[in-house]
Amino acid sequence: MRFASKRQTLQSVDGDDGVSLLIVEPEDMWHAHNLISEGDVINAPAWRKVTLTTATGSTAAKSVRTNLSIRVKSTFFDPLVSELKVSGTVVNENDYVNVGQHHTITLRYDKADIKFTIWKQTGWDSVALQQLKEALSEDRPDAIAAVVMHEGLANICLITEFRTVIKQRLEVSIPKKRSAASEASKGMENFYDKTLAALRANVDFSIPRTLLLASPGFVAQDFRAYMAAEATRRGDKELARIAKEAVVVHSSSGHVHGLNEVLKSPEVLKTIGNAKFTTETNLMDTFHERLRKDDGRAWYGTKPVEKAVAEGAVGRGGGVLLVNNAFFRSLDVATRKKYVAIVDKVKADGGDVRLLSSDHESGKRLDALGGIAALLTYPMFDLDEDDEEEEEETERVPEQEMAAMVI
Amino acid sequence: MSRHQYIRNLDYQDALDEYEGYSDEEDDELSPEDRELMTQGTAAVQAALGVEASKVTVAQIEEALWHYYYDVDKSVAYLISKFVNPAPKPAKAQPQQRTGKSAICALSLADHAVLLDHDLPTDWATKTSDLTDTAAPAIFGSSSRMGSRCQTSSQPRPSLAHLFHDMPWGNVPAHRATTFLPPPIPRGGLLGGSGTASKMSKLQALAAARKKKAQEQSAASNAVAEAVTGLNGLSVGDGAAPSKSKSWARVEIDFDGPLYGVDGQGRPPPEDDRSSLDWFEVRRRKRDDSDRYEDVVVLFPNLPQSARDAFAKPSPDDIVLAAQAKSQTKAGQKATPASKTKKTAPAAGNGDAGAEEPKAVEAPLPKSRNLDVLSEFERHKGKKSASFVVVGHVDAGKSTMMGRLLLDLKVVDQRAVEKLRKEAHTIGKSSFALAWVLDQHAEERARGVTIDIATNRFETDKTIFTILDAPGHQDFIPNMIAGASQADFAILVIDASVGAFEAGLKGQTREHSLLIRSMGVSRIIVAVNKLDMVSWSQERFEEIKNQMSGFLSMASFQAKNVAFVPVSGLHGDNLVHRSSDPAAAWYTGPTLLEELEKSEPSGRALTNPLRMTASEVYRTMQSPVTVSGRIDAGSLQVGDALLVQPSGEKAYVKSLLADDMPADWAVAGQSVVLHLSHIDPIHVRVGDIICDPAKPIARADRFTMKALAFDFLTPMQVDVHRGRLHAAGRIEAIPALLDKVTGAVAKKKPKIVKPGTVARIVVQLESQVPLEAGQRVVLRSGGQTVAAGLLE
Repeated sequence: MRFASKRQTLQSVDGDDGVSLLIVEPEDMWHAHNLISEGDVINAPAWRKVTLTTATGSTAAKSVRTNLSIRVKSTFFDPLVSELKVSGTVVNENDYVNVGQHHTITLRYDKADIKFTIWKQTGWDSVALQQLKEALSEDRPDAIAAVVMHEGLANICLITEFRTVIKQRLEVSIPKKRSAASEASKGMENFYDKTLAALRANVDFSIPRTLLLASPGFVAQDFRAYMAAEATRRGDKELARIAKEAVVVHSSSGHVHGLNEVLKSPEVLKTIGNAKFTTETNLMDTFHERLRKDDGRAWYGTKPVEKAVAEGAVGRGGGVLLVNNAFFRSLDVATRKKYVAIVDKVKADGGDVRLLSSDHESGKRLDALGGIAALLTYPMFDLDEDDEEEEEETERVPEQEMAAMVI
Repeated sequence: MSRHQYIRNLDYQDALDEYEGYSDEEDDELSPEDRELMTQGTAAVQAALGVEASKVTVAQIEEALWHYYYDVDKSVAYLISKFVNPAPKPAKAQPQQRTGKSAICALSLADHAVLLDHDLPTDWATKTSDLTDTAAPAIFGSSSRMGSRCQTSSQPRPSLAHLFHDMPWGNVPAHRATTFLPPPIPRGGLLGGSGTASKMSKLQALAAARKKKAQEQSAASNAVAEAVTGLNGLSVGDGAAPSKSKSWARVEIDFDGPLYGVDGQGRPPPEDDRSSLDWFEVRRRKRDDSDRYEDVVVLFPNLPQSARDAFAKPSPDDIVLAAQAKSQTKAGQKATPASKTKKTAPAAGNGDAGAEEPKAVEAPLPKSRNLDVLSEFERHKGKKSASFVVVGHVDAGKSTMMGRLLLDLKVVDQRAVEKLRKEAHTIGKSSFALAWVLDQHAEERARGVTIDIATNRFETDKTIFTILDAPGHQDFIPNMIAGASQADFAILVIDASVGAFEAGLKGQTREHSLLIRSMGVSRIIVAVNKLDMVSWSQERFEEIKNQMSGFLSMASFQAKNVAFVPVSGLHGDNLVHRSSDPAAAWYTGPTLLEELEKSEPSGRALTNPLRMTASEVYRTMQSPVTVSGRIDAGSLQVGDALLVQPSGEKAYVKSLLADDMPADWAVAGQSVVLHLSHIDPIHVRVGDIICDPAKPIARADRFTMKALAFDFLTPMQVDVHRGRLHAAGRIEAIPALLDKVTGAVAKKKPKIVKPGTVARIVVQLESQVPLEAGQRVVLRSGGQTVAAGLLE
């Protein structure tokens, strides 16, 4: 995403101002999804179907392209096609619409850069600014393709800096009979064939792209060998290149959460370097390790984290606040303000705040812990022993589920 | 294209037309002698038929003569039964009764009474209860006389009344009254017809032709005179009746309404009927009239399954005809054969269901013998069946030991092992030869590790053992779990060589023993392997024994259920035979096989509803959906309907193998191979649960379990394993920490569960899987087993 105006800078974004942005890549829709929350006003080009009545009384309907300003009531993000639908009521009338009429604007990446403007209802708070900053960062590495598989199951994923998109999940039943070894290997071949077809259909390999093959046992290795053999058989140079460059990584399971292991494997770190998602994965690992030690320096869940932050335990010298960015998407204004205050407090104390992408495996792990966790600078105990906590816990569950559904 | 295929693909009606021409040619080719015989025969038949001769064309007579090889008597009997006096359908006959044509109706009823008398008398009475009083006695007179002909061929009418004394004449309750529906509306034209119908009629006609052949032979003694007398005396020769019933049966399914309308008697037009039947008989004659069904099935094994199914058992017609023949011979047993017909031919529909819409016939459901499996099992004095899983750290020598055991027990012969040894030697892995007995996949052999569970079977005097050889490698623990879930007890193989035992204790020796314990296996035999490598050192054995005893008791194995045997898997010492090495003389305890025989299989849940986990699904000649696995609970038998979860599809047991032997039933604890029918392969996957449709297992994507933690548990992502099932999920909440002994809640909502403690946890799965309280589930994460426990 880029600012629409060259003079606009991140520093000059002021509380209640509108910020105009250009959509320059498909990934931007995901950022827009994080930026736009309920109650904000956005102005964007839209197609509106209008009915014209001629002098004779006959009517004709046509779609007109017009810029509309709407107050957001809900958003829907389709991760597969990278499309954001924003519904709301019109706030500025023009020739075609009246104030108060409903409209749903579909934001999507197009060849021509699309400009849209956001006015935040609560102003540009620190969280919103951090999200905006992430959205604006440039020269991103290309998405990495990964196939996480085990016998009979393959997940074809695209890992971008901010999210993991599961392009296709493939389940093939492989006939198993010990005595009929040939049949089983035929079944595996069929499975590899389908996986390869799905991989080629879902991932564009015309640009240089890293491909990770991850599996327990020898499945990934065999799949690479199969790709190489197929390339020779078909005389497909591109496939030969893909097979040659594919990185085989060990994972203990073929389910998508096997990516956790994949992303921190030395092979991946070597090829991808210090991408955001590897840092996130490492952070989550550190958190879990601390939690295992049970040394009182790792806490999760809203209440304990809130208390720890209030005490200033998440501060200079290793204090990290981990928040799932889905957490800020669907909160009402008051709750959002509360969490923003926590974030600001940690920043003020000199701690690190990480907004983990809910669309990465690390974010999902955080989500399992309630969406918020903190690594403390010094041990604190019994933060969870609180009577009120139970209420809070039960309250939070539906939110999480909602967030999970939105994702 | 084979001849048979040709017949199958042949358009029925076309073939009939073709035949007309064909028969003409044949006539032309008749030798003068034949021609002369034919002329004489025709005259004789016409004479015999007398007045009725006008009903039969010369061509028909010639045809009949040709069939019976100029046997005038038989031809006459055939013609009478066929054209002069054919059997109309019973359901259609009744309305005519009401019109008062009692003479004709009595005649025609007599004709097909044979065919009716497999019905229950009540059925019959119900159907005809709306007849007028005058008509009724006549009908019953004839029909009952046909039914009980042998007893009293001229029984006086009044005495029959008591037979039907409980019949509610005239005021039948609404639910019992039969409604006569109009004949079915024709489907498509006569020419060509629809594919299924013509196919069906061919099958039936084939059946009929075969049946008829048998009838001809039995009917040889019946004379024309008898047939004619039968005509006059409202009775027909025995040989004639079945042929009529055959044509009737054919008509019922194949023919369409308008045909009946052609003549007022409600019988099928003779011309058409004749030609269709004759065509098959010609074909039969042409083809040396051997038993064609069996030939077909044997000669063309790569027929589609549906066709084979269709030929596998008697056709619906055969069942009906067989029942009729039976009721004819066994006179006086009216009710028994009738009910039997009903029972044995459910797929064929009721024999008299004239009002039933002709339906496309699928492969018939497998027949159930309705055994009481549990009492069969008690009566069955077979060997016990038990299964054990072989576990241990990678490269402890599990497969090699089992290979040696099978060799020593002569399940595999020395030659096969020599062959494997040669193969292994060529790729430089000669020590793997014995393991290759079980590791049969090319990949397993190339890599020298077991990847998936290998099963094999051997018998001792008392027990049939199933070996489940588990992979030791960490990556294949899901497969090991699948094996352990089918086992009654376990052999834990330990590599005694220096360093290997210690490595194993940190690795899969530990994980496997914890896993098998949490899968419910309580008996464990520890085979201390490779002792020959440490020159049968008793010290080493004792050291390992002490360490392992301590560890196993910590894993809550009872001391009495743990046995230690020093063995050499490669050389076979102390497996089946006692070690001959003098260095091993210090060991005097039982050999591995003796320990195995001492092990009692755990109790079987025979009376519980059926549960079976599909551990292998593959395609066989018997069925495209062949499932193997071990029955966890309950019992099943051939013909049973089963429900496959999570797909929720129904299937039927076509046949089954219990412990590799064909069987009619199987009970919990047995390893079975089920050949399923009526289900598409995509609905059955490895890990699915096969259960009783009446008491199905529920599907859920969320469950609560009491888990023993092997590692720290927090809300996190886990792999859920249950037998073969492998699903992704996450621990969503940890509602309580429990006391290990009493199970009481020790702490609510802990943040983290420490290893060795018991907690109640809630797991959310990504998809719906069949789950049930009491099942054992293993949770793994990042290649480690983190918890195991019971569903609540």
